[in-house]
Amino acid sequence: MYNFDFVKPTSLAEAVKAMAKEDAQALGGGQTLIPTLKQRLASPAVLVSLSGIAEMKGVCVGDDGALCIGGGTTHATVAKEAAGKFPALAALAAGIGDPAVRNRGTIGGSLANNDPSACYPSAVLATGATIITNTRKIAADDFFEGLFTTALEPGEIITEVRFPVPERGAYAKFQQPASRFALTGAFVAKYGSGVRVAITGASENGVFRWTAAEKALSANFSAGALDGLSVASDSLIGDLHGTPAYRANLVKVMTRRAVAAS
Amino acid sequence: MKVSMTVNGKAVSGEAEGRTLLSSFLRDGLGLTGTHVGCDTSQCGACVVHIDGKAVKSCTVFAADAEGAKVTTIEGMANPDGTLGKVQQAFQDHHGLQCGFCTPGMVMSAAALLAETPKPTEADVRHYLEGNICRCTGYHNIVKAVLAASGQDVSKIAAE
Repeated sequence: MYNFDFVKPTSLAEAVKAMAKEDAQALGGGQTLIPTLKQRLASPAVLVSLSGIAEMKGVCVGDDGALCIGGGTTHATVAKEAAGKFPALAALAAGIGDPAVRNRGTIGGSLANNDPSACYPSAVLATGATIITNTRKIAADDFFEGLFTTALEPGEIITEVRFPVPERGAYAKFQQPASRFALTGAFVAKYGSGVRVAITGASENGVFRWTAAEKALSANFSAGALDGLSVASDSLIGDLHGTPAYRANLVKVMTRRAVAAS
Repeated sequence: MKVSMTVNGKAVSGEAEGRTLLSSFLRDGLGLTGTHVGCDTSQCGACVVHIDGKAVKSCTVFAADAEGAKVTTIEGMANPDGTLGKVQQAFQDHHGLQCGFCTPGMVMSAAALLAETPKPTEADVRHYLEGNICRCTGYHNIVKAVLAASGQDVSKIAAE
């Protein structure tokens, strides 16, 4: 990997300042970025570690009942501390990677990276969560812009994610056994206002809402409500692990399993 | 830049570049070669050490990010008198290794599991060791050793 200057600020204000330097890159837990740097697919001049910023860590409940998670919070912490308030999200966090990865990887890092097979984007999109940065609040529907692409501006840091906790919800992942990323994963969230369904791992454009399923489940929240639906395989991922048609079927299967588990 | 941390209870410091991995800092800088680098892509788990009590893959952490941290490596797992620690001894007693390359990471992950879950089930152990690969595929005795280290009776676990 190419060398860079490493800085580790202890406050958000210092981090924002450091990110203003030319070719600066934020480092969350590094569980994706460090392998990327090793492959020389990225070569920042300055790496700004966010792991020393206490104000960006932790799980709490807001006045409106939303679950608030600091951008620098590790998957292991979410798995443990969100379990009482939002068990589906805690279970999702507990299934990412392996224990050592969960001790480093962060929710903010995962969302900023927006890997098309990552787990967290499905939870954020299915719950209509709000992503809070050092400059603004971004609705989930406006955040994910495609493969490894988000609405974040250069230098912008995810400080917090606020999840409206659903009445019922679950995440079902068909795991790629070597990487433990989602070959396809479905997050289903039921609110008084309706049901939202987000699919990860399946589309070449990253996480997406399966609106036909949302409509069917809002009318009848049962796995059987999905029976008549089918998913078009256009723009779904085809690789050595599965064809687009295989993934199209998985979308339905995993959504059904998520409904049954919620 | 200068990086300082506590490794196995001793304050240490050394020169590192921004890109220096914790695994390199431990092995090349401090001569603690018990931490193995297998895949260098954070998949195999041979490089697992503890940072502030949590298991991490030291090939996927920068040394500079561990500034001020308390790091424990396999060299820190023996008893103060030099005899094998509880987890290490269980690996020896139950032949929890074949070539031994993955063993440092296995022991460190097992110790982290037992710190969180003192009496794990077999399923707990297998799930927790998902990020540690034994290329000899000697998992059965590794799992047995971890269960034995937790003080549970493993005499009824058949060698499958």
